Amino acid sequence: MSASFSTSAARNIFFGGTVFFVLMFLALTYDTEQKLPQRDQRAQLANPAVAAGKRVWENNNCIGCHTLLGEGAYFAPELGNVYKRRGPDFIKAWIKSQPTGVPGRRQMPNFHLTDKELDDLVAFLKYASEINTANWPPNVEG
Amino acid sequence: MQYKSQMVAKPYFIGALVLFVAQILFGLIMGLQYVVGDFLFPHIPFNVARMVHTNALIVWLLMGFMGAAYYMVPEESECELYSPKLALIMFWIFLAAAGLTVVGYLAVPYATLAKITGNDLLPTMGREFLEQPTITKIGIVVVALAFLFNLSMTFLKGRKTSITTVMLLGLWGLAIMFLFSFVNPDNLVRDKFYWWWVVHLWVEGVWELILGAILAFVLIKITGVDREVIEKWLYVIITLSLITGLIGTGHHYFWIGTPEYWQWLGSVFSALEPVPFFAMTLFAFNMVNRRRREHPNRAATLWALGTGVMSFLGAGVWGFLHTLSPVNYYTHGTQITAAHGHMAFYGAYVMVVLTIISYAMPLMRGRAANSNASQVLEMWGFWLMTISMVFITLFLTGAGILQVWLQRVSTTPMGFMATQDQVALFYWLREGTGLVFMIGLAVYLFSFFKDGKSAA
Ligand code: HEM
Ligand code: HEM
Ligand SMILES: [Fe+2]
Repeated sequence: MSASFSTSAARNIFFGGTVFFVLMFLALTYDTEQKLPQRDQRAQLANPAVAAGKRVWENNNCIGCHTLLGEGAYFAPELGNVYKRRGPDFIKAWIKSQPTGVPGRRQMPNFHLTDKELDDLVAFLKYASEINTANWPPNVEG
Repeated sequence: MQYKSQMVAKPYFIGALVLFVAQILFGLIMGLQYVVGDFLFPHIPFNVARMVHTNALIVWLLMGFMGAAYYMVPEESECELYSPKLALIMFWIFLAAAGLTVVGYLAVPYATLAKITGNDLLPTMGREFLEQPTITKIGIVVVALAFLFNLSMTFLKGRKTSITTVMLLGLWGLAIMFLFSFVNPDNLVRDKFYWWWVVHLWVEGVWELILGAILAFVLIKITGVDREVIEKWLYVIITLSLITGLIGTGHHYFWIGTPEYWQWLGSVFSALEPVPFFAMTLFAFNMVNRRRREHPNRAATLWALGTGVMSFLGAGVWGFLHTLSPVNYYTHGTQITAAHGHMAFYGAYVMVVLTIISYAMPLMRGRAANSNASQVLEMWGFWLMTISMVFITLFLTGAGILQVWLQRVSTTPMGFMATQDQVALFYWLREGTGLVFMIGLAVYLFSFFKDGKSAA
């Protein structure tokens, strides 16, 4: 790099540029927070089952095999839209009947969830499926 | 090695390599579960193996960064470390916390672990990469604070170079961004939004500062090029990283319920993120070509050049591949993501930690470089691991393209599980290549025990 461009100039550009883009990012975060209520279905959080369902989701590490809105592990199907793909009764019956025990097939553990936990989880998955995700996934298979 | 206290880096490096082995073993377990679904079920379900694999990776990279900092900062500051004892105590606490957490993952169901560690008091568990019990997270913060205190005190009393400035900025940033792991709103969109402040702002933000600083340090030592030149490059690279990477976070805000302007912002800024990685490649090659001495440690030079190339391929090229929102619409959360995650983590952060280990370990063992025989083995390890990682990435990319095609593009989309069956061949190939990676790692580790002393 040319000698006319000094280290202290490089350092100043670094600090100046960083501060500028940090502020930009914070401003965008603020704007996003303002716009989220139109998209994130937060009204559904008034139902305590949704938050309780999120806890069931987290405490059993479902994300360790599945994706949720495309984030997580890629071992098992997308669940952000499973409420739309399968409906509440199928979801509960499925979870209760695990593992399938089919030889060689990928296995999902049985988490011994109570009926209340199953209902909470379904409420959470319904909520997740109604978030405005800009039409993602491309089709119902996730 | 010029300062006695630099020796505290050694246990950190050894601890890191031990966890690296654990990471790969659990990777191989998962790789097999991909095709033999009931392998080790119900003893080690996939999600448990995955936590061990990814958390071991993160912890060993953190240990590597810490070891690197303990080695570099005294030498750059031209004074002893503020408190070598504190550094050693923190090492054992960190290792014990990591070990206990892994035992917890393996010994009891995750829900039990959540219960006995009181997750409901401050729920932070059950999110990808942040699966650790809340108490472990608090432990990580304590270790990080003690570590930063120790290094910052050393920095303040000694010579302040650009390398230590950047390294410490990166490490402070790492600790500060980790605090967002305690942010877990019930609102799923906000949860995901701030989750990326840990994950993305680490690997495409502050960690790049650490990467640049370590690379710059090693390049000064092995090439003898003027510090002035190297430090200028370093500032240019990290400036490019942050001006692209901060708003580049937007490439994760396409489909999680965030406003749609992020599709533009995320695509444009993250499309520029490969630039700093390319600058890193040029940097490494330029400095080595302009070298003023022939350093006897050729293995370290190879690792440094390898970092330059592979970080560009993994983060730059494979990142760009799926970062534009119209492409990401189809590839989001598929094997394409996994392909990129593997090569980027390996090419950038694994390789830079192995670079500093390669440079510093012989010095801590009382020699400028290892014997020729030992270096040859180490270079075999380099090539076996690196080439395996290239093929793992290619096989996962193949699987990903087919997956996208069958499950998302087709007019008669196939279900997830049916699609997985269709691409099983690629998973078998990945697993075979993973075994070669493991052999490469074994050869690499063996090089530490090969009559190192006989030369130089
Ligand atoms: C060599 C043998 C390896 C095998 C067989 C292997 C296998 C796997 C598998 C099966 C997954 C889970 C994918 C899923 O969620 O469905 C995974 C995830 C991951 N592995 Fe590996 N791995 C190996 C080596 C490595 C190495 C060397 C690194 C780091 C440099 C690494 C970093 C990761 C990361 C970051 C993830 C999470 C990826 C994501 O969320 O996109 N793995 N690995
Ligand atoms: C060394 C630097 C990098 C590392 C270690 C890294 C690692 C990762 C990992 C592990 C994931 C998966 C996260 C998850 O599990 O959800 C990911 C996702 C992603 N990365 Fe990177 N990355 C790096 C740099 C980049 C760069 C420079 C770009 C763009 C040019 C990029 C583009 C992306 C995109 C678009 C995704 C989201 C994929 C999806 O939608 O599923 N990455 N990265
Ligand atoms: Fe990212």
